[in-house]
Amino acid sequence: MDRTELHAIAERELASRAPVRIHCCMAAGCQATGAAELRSRLDTALAEAGLAGRAEVVPVGCLSLCGHGPLVSIVPDGPLYASVRPDDAPAIVAALQGAPCAVRQVDRNAPFFARQRPVVLRASGSFDPERIEEYIAVGGYQALATVLHDLSPAEVIEQITRSGLRGRGGAGYPTGLKWATVAKSAAPPGDGPRKFVVCNGDEGDPGAFMDRSILESNPHLVLEGMAIAAYAVGASQGYLYVRGEYPLAIQRLTKAISQARKYGLLGAQIFESGFDFRVEIRVGAGAFVCGEETALIASIEGRRGQPRPRPPYPAESGLWGCPTLINNVETFANVAPIIQHGPEWFAAIGTATSKGTKVFALTGNVRNTGLIEVPMGMTLREIVEELGGGTPDGSPVKAVQTGGPSGGCIPAARFDTPVDYESLAAAGSIMGSGGMVVMDATTNMVEIARYYMEFCRDESCGKCIPCRVGTVQMHRLLSGIASGHGSAADLAQLEQLSQLLRETSLCGLGQSAPNPVLSTLHYFRDEYEACLAASKDPG
Amino acid sequence: MAAKTLTIDGTLVSAREGESILEAAREAGITIPTLCHLDGLSEVGACRLCLVELTGSRRLQPACLTPVAEGMEVRTSTERLREHRRAIVELLFAERGHVCAVCVASGACELQDLAARLGVTHVRYDYLAPACTVDISHPRFGIDHHRCVLCTRCVRACDEVEGVHTWDVAGRGTAARVITDLHVPWGQATSCTSCGKCLHACPTGAIFQRGSSVAELKRDPGVIALVVAARKERW
Repeated sequence: MDRTELHAIAERELASRAPVRIHCCMAAGCQATGAAELRSRLDTALAEAGLAGRAEVVPVGCLSLCGHGPLVSIVPDGPLYASVRPDDAPAIVAALQGAPCAVRQVDRNAPFFARQRPVVLRASGSFDPERIEEYIAVGGYQALATVLHDLSPAEVIEQITRSGLRGRGGAGYPTGLKWATVAKSAAPPGDGPRKFVVCNGDEGDPGAFMDRSILESNPHLVLEGMAIAAYAVGASQGYLYVRGEYPLAIQRLTKAISQARKYGLLGAQIFESGFDFRVEIRVGAGAFVCGEETALIASIEGRRGQPRPRPPYPAESGLWGCPTLINNVETFANVAPIIQHGPEWFAAIGTATSKGTKVFALTGNVRNTGLIEVPMGMTLREIVEELGGGTPDGSPVKAVQTGGPSGGCIPAARFDTPVDYESLAAAGSIMGSGGMVVMDATTNMVEIARYYMEFCRDESCGKCIPCRVGTVQMHRLLSGIASGHGSAADLAQLEQLSQLLRETSLCGLGQSAPNPVLSTLHYFRDEYEACLAASKDPG
Repeated sequence: MAAKTLTIDGTLVSAREGESILEAAREAGITIPTLCHLDGLSEVGACRLCLVELTGSRRLQPACLTPVAEGMEVRTSTERLREHRRAIVELLFAERGHVCAVCVASGACELQDLAARLGVTHVRYDYLAPACTVDISHPRFGIDHHRCVLCTRCVRACDEVEGVHTWDVAGRGTAARVITDLHVPWGQATSCTSCGKCLHACPTGAIFQRGSSVAELKRDPGVIALVVAARKERW
């Protein structure tokens, strides 16, 4: 495989396409609402209409408006159909020939689409994620070719550093710096691979499905990013850690890896260079804490998935004691676009300290539920009210939760907060991995805090005492307060435990578990006090 | 190996390179409370009792796992640390069934000693009082999970010193339990050599010798370090 062959594949693929393509979303969300049957009905309808050859049905990745699936998009320049039922298939096909069509259409110029700035999701929904030729046709693996032919590892790291990309898993650590650390860390002596690249696909925040969608809709984009990273840091082995709850993502990744190997885009001597890179999938077994990098490493090594204190950081001592680069799915998905378009292009998007875009899973009491990618620095108000379209019944939005169980609730009064790492932290929440849950006036904030604490309690691994027992005690206190059996002393104890967990827990799970409590206490203390005032046993 | 000079609680202390703050403090006669630490075993940093304050670090660091550094300033016993340690011990007391007055390990229990030293006079948290099992299927030993604090010293002693790995941990959160083999009764755990190292490693009365109370047994946690040191001498 070389660049000429890559272009030939792309051209062959484009030439073989029918002039009209019916893109049928086959991501998990649309499949859950019947996309598979719809797809076969579209195929049948197309054959019956005698349009075979002039139009084709293509199973594609996520089309963004997940709450209104199944989604069907007619390309080029055709309508986007939403909430399509299998019975609608003949009408959609008839519409290709100019017949009027009563199937619900969505305006592609609506703010939900128009205000997005897709980088990671650019090709999502425009090709069949199960065919590598289609990925190559949209420019896939060109960045890897460029890197292997034209750039030294140090130059790759320099480009990523200059782009300003920060970790999309939530903490926002500068990606270039992390890569440089791994590149500079000396590998211990021994046989076999001595440096590793790991992709963290153990997405687990309630309401978050960004990484799932990326893996399902564009698995090669992540693999390409991993390969570029491996070249940059000097690794020859990669692991893709995906949670077992994502069977479709695992299936597509498995297929993608085998296709890439067949074309010589993964494996030995990639692009006929001296660079080898192999990727294996590791399937998580349902523990949220395995998204924590040291627990994830333990899990890949075949040990109990629980964290260990850092330092040493994985960049220095990770898998089997070797320097290990761990990045999140979305981080890797940003790599190829940065190489292709240049770090300056990327750095021009976003704010001074948070460059690029962020993918959010917009959910909750919001009209347009789905996956959005917006430039960093867009305000919460723009996201919730313009893209999201506000609440379904038009009532005012009360708050938005970002960052899942490690994040916090930001009230409507602070909706002018721009989404960047620093501003969200200053507002008492975190960027997190991209979950964004919209809440209306009917939402009880004490109940929200109780829910997230229940989540942390259930997901605490049990290794360190403050998290293991502290989350249980905090959940008891919150349950008591929420159910009208709390006292002022309970509230004080809740704050004391919040401080304890923050300062003494071993890993991020325990350290950030109090965040939903602290942020709701900060912005909605009146709701806690109302619970206490109505308490049947106020102590 | 180069020596490092650091300050612990205002006292200048010299330490060997690579030594932990915990070791350096101990040599200087400064006691930092511990529970999951046991001489001779690897460190896991799980109990969080040995957390100390370091000048220049926002986060508290476990003394058992933090190597000394030149010019380091360590505070081991500020009011904030003492308060956190009391809270952690109270959380442990509330977690399972630790009732010293009726416990056979009373007087020979590190949890009890910690509570006494840290001035824990009452427990502010609700007792969770879970129903735990007692496994007396082994002919010589037994384990009462009501008294287990999940320090994993038995797990590490069995794995690292006896080299058997009969013990491990199953389950999550407060439902986590130390188990033998693949969660079979101890008496059916074919890997167990009945060496008794877990018994010596246990800080509370969770693991006991059948037919005697823990207080009678005069357990010696130091035996683990002794075995490890003796092997080093020989090899």
